[in-house]
Amino acid sequence: MSKVLSVTQLCKTYGETVAVDGLSFDVGRNEIVGLLGPNGAGKTTTINMILGVLAPASGKICIEGVDVATHRSQALQRTNFAAVYAPLPGNLTVQQNLRVFGLLYAVKNLAERIAALLQQFDLEKFRDVKCGVLSSGEQTRVSLAKAMLNSPQLLLLDEPTASLDPAIARDIRKKIRDFAAQGTGGVLWTSHNMYEVEEVCSRVLFLSRGRILLEGDPKTLPSEHSKASLEELFISLAREPLTLEVE
Amino acid sequence: MDLTHIAAIVLRQFYLIRGSLSRVLPLFVWAGIDIVLWGFITKYLNTVTPPGLNLVPSLLGAVLLWDFLIRVMQGVTMAFFEDVWSRNFLNIFATPLSISEYLSGLVLASIATSSVGLLVMVVLATTVFGLSFFVYGLMLVPFFLVLFMCGIALGILGSGLVLRLGPPAEWFVWPIPAIISPFVGVFYPLSTLPRWMRYISRVLPPSYVFEGMRAIVSGGSTAPHGLLWGSCLAMLYILLACWFFTRVYRYAVHTGLIARYSAETIS
Repeated sequence: MSKVLSVTQLCKTYGETVAVDGLSFDVGRNEIVGLLGPNGAGKTTTINMILGVLAPASGKICIEGVDVATHRSQALQRTNFAAVYAPLPGNLTVQQNLRVFGLLYAVKNLAERIAALLQQFDLEKFRDVKCGVLSSGEQTRVSLAKAMLNSPQLLLLDEPTASLDPAIARDIRKKIRDFAAQGTGGVLWTSHNMYEVEEVCSRVLFLSRGRILLEGDPKTLPSEHSKASLEELFISLAREPLTLEVE
Repeated sequence: MDLTHIAAIVLRQFYLIRGSLSRVLPLFVWAGIDIVLWGFITKYLNTVTPPGLNLVPSLLGAVLLWDFLIRVMQGVTMAFFEDVWSRNFLNIFATPLSISEYLSGLVLASIATSSVGLLVMVVLATTVFGLSFFVYGLMLVPFFLVLFMCGIALGILGSGLVLRLGPPAEWFVWPIPAIISPFVGVFYPLSTLPRWMRYISRVLPPSYVFEGMRAIVSGGSTAPHGLLWGSCLAMLYILLACWFFTRVYRYAVHTGLIARYSAETIS
């Protein structure tokens, strides 16, 4: 499986605080990798470094073999993201936002692409509605539509279903699984919903204090560590990371 | 540079202005009020000064030129503030957009918005108060050019300050023209100023515009080398402002400030 994302010995410190400590991992094509960990584990810091909005202290990030540090624009051309804490500007309509970001990602046949995404994410009726007046779930769908605009090879999703009701969340998970399965891209996904992670991700990385403690198939990982579920494994990791580190 | 990326920044600003009366009105209302106010002050002063002395070209013309610089500067900063207010940095700087493209987009947006203000000022000053631009002749072109470049430089500098110091630093940006104006002699010859202020005037490009304008109005001619020097200084300041903004951006990427402008915390 060829890699869409390759992270090597990534480090980030804020003064004395080590946020990310020698992180190395890959995301392959058609793969959905879950980046899990308690708050402060370094998930968002890692995503921000992959997106080029945060400079690593050391290490290397390559998206489809393109180094983010030296060829930022080319690397980000193949990438997109949606994060619960980064909604699109509320003072533009859904269509206006998609058009602006479509130009920023130099999307070809933009009008057709926007029409297809509005349909795909059930946003047609909100086409001319300002994003700021949409519900949080609708805003999340707009963010996801934006994230799909350029058919990215690497899709970064930071808690993408956090504000969605279960029915819409399931629908979104299916769309993202389809994206990974049918296209040529890969997905890096963070979530605190372990049931969702188990359903969606083909591989998970457990982060604690900026380091990967565990890696594996979310369906088999709990039993490998004598835990009943992924959630139980997550809780024990969050409470006693050193115990698992020793194992 | 990718022109599509630059077009995206301009289009975003166009959408915002088109859909909002509170963004359209400031483009020309304050500039228009300034012209009306100073137009009447000038008319009154013309009645109390010796006959034959017309203050319209020197006083009202100066107000128009100075307001143009302010509109250009605010055109850049307002376009930048839209990203600050909508907490859009993470979205926008995680795209393939480069800093030079972003700044070019802000400048183009400013050209469009400041043109509206300039048009309203020109129409009011010429039709209501009888200002004639023929007085200045062809020198009007370099006058506007120097002030435009200076406005761009100040706009980029102000944006860099807000990027570095955070949204509350907006307060630092608005008074910048007011702080500069005493030194550039908008309403009086530079010879009026004490020596130490004149030293500062020499490195401020608008000084050469207003001195040149007064020289023409009083029947003389403006020294071309002064305006040339002013143009060179303005160009230098644009380059320095771009350098400053880029440095601040790199600092923000290094420290995580760009991400924190949107995200409350970094985990």
